[in-house]
Amino acid sequence: MNDPRIPLLSIRDLSIALPRGGDRSHAVQDISYDIHAGEIVCIVGESGSGKSMSANAIMGLLPAYLQPGRGEILLQGRDLLKLPEDTLREMRGRDMAMIFQEPLSALNPLLTVGEQIAEVMRVHGAYPGPAREQRVLELLDFVGLPDPAALRSAWPFRLSGGQRQRVMIAMALALEPRLLIADEPTTALDVTTQAQILALIARIQREKGMGVMFVTHDFGVVAEIADRVAVMEKGVLVEHGTAEQVLNRPQHPYTRRLIAAVPHRRARARDSAALHGKPVLQVEGLAKTYVSGGGMFGKKRVVRAVDGVSFSVQRGQTLGIVGESGSGKSTIGKCLLKLTGIDAGRMLFDGEDIVPLSETEFRPKRPKIQMIFQDPFASLNPRQTVGRILCDGPMAAGVPRARAEARARELLQLVELDVSAFDRYPGEFSGGQRQRVGIARALAMEPQLIVADESVSALDVSVQAQVLTLLREVQQRMQIALIFITHDLRVAAQICDQLLVMHRGKVVEQGPPGQIFDAPQHEYTRALIAAMPGREWNPAEAVLA
Amino acid sequence: MKKFMRRFAANRGAVLGLALLLLVILAGACASFFFEESPWSMVADPLIKPFTDRDYPLGTDMLGRDIGAGLLYGARVSLMIGVVSTAVAVVFGILVGALAGYHGGRTDDLLMRGTEFFQTIPQLAMALVLVAIFKPTLYSIVGAISMVSWPPVARLVRSEFMTLKQREFVQAAIVIGQTPGRIILSQILPNAASPIIVTASLMTATAILTESSMSFLGLGDRNMMSWGFMIGASRTMLREAPWMSLWPGLAIMVTVLSINLIGEGLNDALNPQLRKRGD
Repeated sequence: MNDPRIPLLSIRDLSIALPRGGDRSHAVQDISYDIHAGEIVCIVGESGSGKSMSANAIMGLLPAYLQPGRGEILLQGRDLLKLPEDTLREMRGRDMAMIFQEPLSALNPLLTVGEQIAEVMRVHGAYPGPAREQRVLELLDFVGLPDPAALRSAWPFRLSGGQRQRVMIAMALALEPRLLIADEPTTALDVTTQAQILALIARIQREKGMGVMFVTHDFGVVAEIADRVAVMEKGVLVEHGTAEQVLNRPQHPYTRRLIAAVPHRRARARDSAALHGKPVLQVEGLAKTYVSGGGMFGKKRVVRAVDGVSFSVQRGQTLGIVGESGSGKSTIGKCLLKLTGIDAGRMLFDGEDIVPLSETEFRPKRPKIQMIFQDPFASLNPRQTVGRILCDGPMAAGVPRARAEARARELLQLVELDVSAFDRYPGEFSGGQRQRVGIARALAMEPQLIVADESVSALDVSVQAQVLTLLREVQQRMQIALIFITHDLRVAAQICDQLLVMHRGKVVEQGPPGQIFDAPQHEYTRALIAAMPGREWNPAEAVLA
Repeated sequence: MKKFMRRFAANRGAVLGLALLLLVILAGACASFFFEESPWSMVADPLIKPFTDRDYPLGTDMLGRDIGAGLLYGARVSLMIGVVSTAVAVVFGILVGALAGYHGGRTDDLLMRGTEFFQTIPQLAMALVLVAIFKPTLYSIVGAISMVSWPPVARLVRSEFMTLKQREFVQAAIVIGQTPGRIILSQILPNAASPIIVTASLMTATAILTESSMSFLGLGDRNMMSWGFMIGASRTMLREAPWMSLWPGLAIMVTVLSINLIGEGLNDALNPQLRKRGD
């Protein structure tokens, strides 16, 4: 059983059919790969590639209408697809365990952390009596949580995202399974937390000698931890090999395309002298405080979301605002568009302070400051056609209908969408296409400043790269000032001329990306850069090879 | 639209309800074609039993009035009061709910305290008091029923608006410079339409019941024959002539049931995700 030549898990010709009427016949088709004890295998792919399917099939989590039609899943020589449900239940947790993407929804909010971990052992009748409590403490300590004795009786909502994910990992490890499946376990986390969790998973795998199956969409994460990589495209396994091979000498065109799309620092010869003098927007000492709770009883909670932030942005310049969740970067975007009131500071737009203007006074100026939103699914009204979405703004500003419609058709071409999109509804488009509509909507107003708030974060890498290129081109052609808010340093480095690093409402460092990356001054910036997954791997070289 | 029809038709009860309701509407529309005389006029001997006289198949009441004529003319009154009072209540409810939900803060507080004031008083009691104050006429009845039935609509619309207002497409509309009025009408309201339509269909049934209860208690419009009045008038003769209250009772039941079935069907057709979850 412990023969290193026999794989721990072996998937052979697995096919899962999709119900009729889908966009393809199979969720996954004839995929085969092995996972040996003591190695981390990454399954990479874009959304809809079927990368999570085999993980769910191993755990028996597939919905009733999706069942494996063909193939076998051999775990230590036993075919999981042929075993009865009772045996499988016995094996889950003991032989194979899984951690999920969303650590909050995967934990029961009504049980304490300790109870949830003990529960896993209870259902399998392991560690009876006082040994179980002892084991819970041991596990909490092992996954690096502080003060296990106190944490055992804490409720899940008291913990941060990273701590919750550690609890999930502790649960998965309770019975020392041989195979650990991690389905996008760090996608919902901040970069610095992600780095810690990745280090934890790598340590566990080393110390316990487990096989780890790691499902992800992020090539940076792959470069960080993978021993071997399997690349999926539309349900088919297109490339499979050691991490070194796949990342640095990709063979399949799809893999090459994906790797080329991974955002990375490009040496961009940008003539910063070309940026002409007067700033479009100048922000001085911006402050915004959120006061929550309180009411008639109870103490108010005061959060300084933005605390004395100053910056300026010029025509044709891209200013990046980077930070982790809660750093106040999105609040700045909202303040600039006056979607929320501010507590102090001045915002000089074209030399005029827009802070004291009332909503009605500010409305005529609104066309000049536009926003591209984060969620391509929520930012377009599902009940309006794309044409209406694009024309509403100019018409509200007094442009006659015929002109607005002609302009909307031009813009659709500019953002590389078909003109027929004019009469269709947002529901008929993919995420990337919707985001193009969002860009067209902002451009329709002929703005001088665009604020893009996490505008590419919800998109797949290849789509993300296309949208970024488009944004860059359009911005250069029209000489628009762009404020690009993101949590992803790699994306920021690729597109921005100037970077602001935010931490807890304050700007801790600012400068051109080259300077920020090569000579970070502030401690937090250094931590952020160190946490970037796969920073030692250069995708640009891989594609050239 | 086709999909909507298909989902609606998938609910057999809803199709049956629609058929029944169409029948009731048709009956009301043809009332004066079948019965030229007013339903109040005495046309035959009193207390003819149903199915005994070919000219008066549903029988007559204690004053010799044709019950068949009463039923058909009553359908007009019930449907009209149901539809008109619901329409008034929905329009008013949307107005209050939209303003409260969109603006929030002070406006919301003020409007919602007002709404709660109406919700603390039992609906029927308040409607009765209002009709008693303003003499029972068609207008006062419609007014009273709308007055007691708008608060649930206002609360529903408010909560829909509060969630929709947070959506990015509404923020996008603010950013492109649309006025609050336009945002409410063209961005938010169409997205809140489905729950409002479903609620309105069920409110119509409640309005018909309220009108019948008021007529039963003698607070109906004196010039209009209504089902509630017919039951009220026959309650003293319940043992001697049970058919006098049976027919209008059945009419109310069928109409209210059909409207409720349609409401269910609309709910299924407009919120397909909700339905799937229930399966």
